[in-house]
Amino acid sequence: MSLREVLDIPARDITDEAIYRDRRRLLAALGMLPAWGIAGCSEAAPPPSNVVVTPDQAKAGFRTAEEQTREADATTYNNFYEFGTAKDDPSNAARTLRTKPWTVAVGGHCAKPGKLSLDDLLKDLQPQERIYRMRCVEGWSMVIPWLGVPLADVLKRFEPSSKAKYVAFTSLSDPRQMPGVRASVLDWPYREGLRIDEAMHPLALLATGMYGKPLPQQNGAPLRLVVPWKYGFKGIKSIIAITFVERMPKTSWNMSQPSEYGFFSNVNPGVDHPRWSQKTERRIAGSASKLFAERIPTRPFNGYAEQVASLYAGMDLKKWF
Amino acid sequence: MVLMAKPKRRAEPRIIIAKTLVHLAALTPLAILLWQMWGVARTGSNALGADPVAEIEHRLGLWAIRFLMLALAITPLRQLAGWNVLVRFRRMLGLYAFAYATLHFAAYLGLDLRSYWTQVFEDIAKRPYITVGFTAWALLVPLAITSTAGWIRRLGRNWARLHKLVYAVAVLAVLHFWWLVKSDIREPALYAGIAALLLGFRAWKRRRVRTSLPARA
Repeated sequence: MSLREVLDIPARDITDEAIYRDRRRLLAALGMLPAWGIAGCSEAAPPPSNVVVTPDQAKAGFRTAEEQTREADATTYNNFYEFGTAKDDPSNAARTLRTKPWTVAVGGHCAKPGKLSLDDLLKDLQPQERIYRMRCVEGWSMVIPWLGVPLADVLKRFEPSSKAKYVAFTSLSDPRQMPGVRASVLDWPYREGLRIDEAMHPLALLATGMYGKPLPQQNGAPLRLVVPWKYGFKGIKSIIAITFVERMPKTSWNMSQPSEYGFFSNVNPGVDHPRWSQKTERRIAGSASKLFAERIPTRPFNGYAEQVASLYAGMDLKKWF
Repeated sequence: MVLMAKPKRRAEPRIIIAKTLVHLAALTPLAILLWQMWGVARTGSNALGADPVAEIEHRLGLWAIRFLMLALAITPLRQLAGWNVLVRFRRMLGLYAFAYATLHFAAYLGLDLRSYWTQVFEDIAKRPYITVGFTAWALLVPLAITSTAGWIRRLGRNWARLHKLVYAVAVLAVLHFWWLVKSDIREPALYAGIAALLLGFRAWKRRRVRTSLPARA
């Protein structure tokens, strides 16, 4: 089965092959210019698509009827290395995280940069419930009801310029509140990023709550990113800075293991992690005997291909994993 | 006194008691795990966390590597402390390592992969951490089979040669652990350190014996 069949991208959204093949000639034409090393890639990253997906078009992805993960499981099984690398470390240690007051610095290529309190950042935006699948790069998945606001609604307030090709996010990194930061398992602070078209997609959510309550600290309080078609580590937690940038920003896992974690990190059963398979996943959901948790096939873009595949039309997803 | 009449073949009561205690200790982690699994299966309790399958696999694997290290610690301890009696516990420790490794592998197939169990062939061929993990387990099979008194007699000098494979198993088991973690290598590094110490002691001892021989001649 070809990747194209798997993704079921409408033909009109796919870059004409001739143009696509020409990209190398185009780059070659730029000649002997030193390679513009962007995030360790020798070839220029594919530019943002001009595809605009409206909330109405993406609506089918807002909810799923699949059985939800128990709140007790989603709040005790966390990867939040700032509080330790064991799954139960964050729920045991994160109480020390102070989430009030909380400010977020928004800057870079935009007309209205500023340092805002969380309340001001989200002012007048109504939290929406989104029930998303979450697929961890480690091979397990959950179904979580989030509360949050579309990332696009927040970003637009700062009026990003045409130079804003990417959005970079930074987590809090405070060794006094976050014991895990004292260990150099990652290059702190935790950093993530999205291409601007990804950030503006209606499925990208800035979450402030889950299960109808405010976010618990271990899940990234008070503000975290949820990008359901990407591996879970893209969902950066406890965000303190959002920056509009022109070049592909550095991201923590990519810096740590560039061959294993790409910038895009779209869920893709066709591209294995170099050390393990991504074809299937263990679904942690429901209260039925988890001893025999169901193993299910992983879907391209985590089942959100219909809503997001057009952003990547013409892109080699094996190369830009 | 009656000391002279003591039959040499029968194990002393003290050894029998000690072995019983070691058996009980070695089976305790398994008993706890089974008890927790029973609780999870019956009542959906959270005793094994949100992802019991991963927890079961991890814990069985940890105990396999721990017993492996314990079995490998016998010889250095004997030589350093002169506790020759320890050698009588070496086989059982090795067999517990094999038992936990077998359960670890069985959990991977039967609880984790389940209906996708045929994926294991691809895993063994393509995923280095599974390749080395499987190899470590496979190398333990002949060691477990030939652990009986009958095989020790039949193999003679070759028995000791064959059982040197356990050194390779130790290295492969540590690699298996090391390669499966995402970035925090502290725990596998601990076992790598222990293995390095235990194998390094043997290498050092051998070199010392070798270099001291001509001097004696």
